[in-house]
Amino acid sequence: MPLSQRNLLDLDEFGRDDIGLILDTGVTMAEILSRQIPRVPTLRGTTIANLFYEASTRTRISFELAARSLGADVVNVTASGSSIEKGESLVDTLRTVQALGADLVVIRHRDAGAPYLAAATVDCPVINAGDGWHAHPSQALLDLYTVRNRLGRLEGLKLVIVGDILHSRVARSNIWGFARMGAHIVLCGPPQLLPNEITQFPGTDRLVTIEPDLDIAVEGADVIMALRIQQERMDGIHLPDLREYARLYSISEARLARAHPDALVMHPGPMNQGVEISAAIAYGDASVIEEQVTNGVAIRMAGIYLLAGGSAEAANGR
Amino acid sequence: MAARDLLIHGARVIDPAANRDEIADVLVRAGRIEAVDSNLGAPDGAETIDAGGQVVAPGLVDPHCHLRQPGFEYKETIGTGSRAAAAGGFTTICSMANTRPVADDRSVIETILEFAEREAVVRVLPLASVTLGMQGRQLVQMGELVDAGVIGFSDDGIPLPSADTMRTALEYATRFDRPIANHSEDPSLIAGATMHEGLTSTRLGLPAAPRQAEEIMISRDVLLSELTGGRYHALHLSSGGSVELIQRAKERGAPVTAEVTPHHLTLTDAIVGGREEPTAALLGPYDASTKVNPPLREPADLDLLRAALASGLIDCVGTDHAPHARHEKEVEFARADSGFSCFETAFATMLGLVHTGVLDLPTLIDRMTVAPARVYDLPHGTLRPGAPADIVIFDPDHEWVVDREQFLSKGHNTPYHGLPMKGRVLRTIFAGTTVFDLAASAAETGGSVGA
Repeated sequence: MPLSQRNLLDLDEFGRDDIGLILDTGVTMAEILSRQIPRVPTLRGTTIANLFYEASTRTRISFELAARSLGADVVNVTASGSSIEKGESLVDTLRTVQALGADLVVIRHRDAGAPYLAAATVDCPVINAGDGWHAHPSQALLDLYTVRNRLGRLEGLKLVIVGDILHSRVARSNIWGFARMGAHIVLCGPPQLLPNEITQFPGTDRLVTIEPDLDIAVEGADVIMALRIQQERMDGIHLPDLREYARLYSISEARLARAHPDALVMHPGPMNQGVEISAAIAYGDASVIEEQVTNGVAIRMAGIYLLAGGSAEAANGR
Repeated sequence: MAARDLLIHGARVIDPAANRDEIADVLVRAGRIEAVDSNLGAPDGAETIDAGGQVVAPGLVDPHCHLRQPGFEYKETIGTGSRAAAAGGFTTICSMANTRPVADDRSVIETILEFAEREAVVRVLPLASVTLGMQGRQLVQMGELVDAGVIGFSDDGIPLPSADTMRTALEYATRFDRPIANHSEDPSLIAGATMHEGLTSTRLGLPAAPRQAEEIMISRDVLLSELTGGRYHALHLSSGGSVELIQRAKERGAPVTAEVTPHHLTLTDAIVGGREEPTAALLGPYDASTKVNPPLREPADLDLLRAALASGLIDCVGTDHAPHARHEKEVEFARADSGFSCFETAFATMLGLVHTGVLDLPTLIDRMTVAPARVYDLPHGTLRPGAPADIVIFDPDHEWVVDREQFLSKGHNTPYHGLPMKGRVLRTIFAGTTVFDLAASAAETGGSVGA
């Protein structure tokens, strides 16, 4: 069974079967990564272009490792030190990358929607590695994978996402992904960073709610996901002060104690310890933050592999 | 070259300025309306147009367009813009001041009028900016600019940021009895915004501004108009909530007028998200051809704006024709220029609202001829004997599909590309001369005029 989608732009277009297929394929990929030689030649001869218009460490490296583990060649294009810096338009850069033979494009961009422009420009599949405030689907998939791995299911779970929802592509993609898999999502954060319409995404009926008080939000939660608070929001306009933010929205031991005893704590990174999450929690028993990073490679392998034309059954064989 | 005399025979003649809506003949002599009556005879040598089954109306008046010259000739010139206007049925177009250099002194206005004299096929009437360089600080020399021929003042594209500047501009303009047309949006609320704030912007993760950004500024401006007695023209209303603010101001006697664009009456923010009617089959998510300022809003806004245009609370239709080059639209949504190339779709879009019963045809003609003329005290937009023979002949039932590649405008940026329209301009006559003829233009391009 192939994916119903040709690109991975966001999870809004992905059905339960699609998401399930990627997560299952991720299991296979994780097994490959656990081998002595964590590499298969499945995509030998395939060229993957990583276009990173925005600084990124973990996502870029994760995609690169994923591609190499499948035997693909990787071309990294970053904004600095390329023709992008000379003012070349996105469309022109994409046409160039296509002309040079890219078989799949991975794009990270500060502007929401840039991956859609990419998909409309090139003939090959496009993976969105994060666009503005809009979407970060591979992050949501690795989060789904991590939770399913740990708790054995997604349906009926209670996920709390805490922080700056307004500017968060991680939150948006996780809303689509977790809602599609039947989890309940509670959004918590300062009201000015919590757009009301975010509970009304089509098809997420009654699965998404807002709770401004974190102490209430975390009650009985199965998963608590803290979002990175961007330092530039601490401008006295979006948010008054770090200390106030930590007091109201930090994941602390007291708050974790209100959640389900087996609750997981997640963070997409990079963390501001002592702000949105305490160090004790980040490195505590409930934390799966490092696992998220590790699983990211497997899930991105799954995404690349499926979009490049593979089927789940063939992944293991040669 | 004097225009040939002309007899337009047997059309439904609608001239709201003269309260006329009847089957009649229109006689044009020496570039002016000679008579409108039944059974007029054609003078010797006159061209006779049989317009049975068609509608004849005054040439349309657009109170709001961007012709881009001088400075942005790659987007549009006065010549290309005027030909696009003629194709859309317009014979009088009022151009905004955001050229390069900004139309803020006599020399620029004279340049524009010289270009218009040489290249335009319709009447081009410039506005000047309110402030030097549209910087929002120092007022332009309104007296000299009025003498040079400007019809009003506007920093359109940039809201006048300071209430004090707006107040002074309104007061000073009373000396010349000219309106101040403001792009009324609160700058602090629209900073960085790319679309209307709502479910679609939240879903797309695009920076957005609420309709209150407009309503706050309209509130300020109508109050300042009331305070000063200065004429305020509210450009391109987009929020339904603005309607009651305009209504209140008018009830209190403030000299306020308002316009609305065809797109703010027919399209919603949902199309930015893609795969939504009426462009569901045509536009995907984040297509910058949907980006415009002020932004497309929600169905409830459309309802209120439509009702207000029908009732006359909103005085007139303005196209806000804003041509851009392809490379300015084929980019990331946040980086794309705002605005649509509107001349060639505006009237058909509005006729669509007649077909769906939003307003009747004579009312629409009023809102696109004499009503916008009144905003700037223009004597145009009527078929009264003695007036320049500015005439549009159209078939309200002619079905066609918008093809931006056929635009006469240099700007092919339109969200209506590929959409079916009902109602089309057949011929536009400016001062007695045919400046657009659909049959001839279709023959030239090899295109079809058929239904």
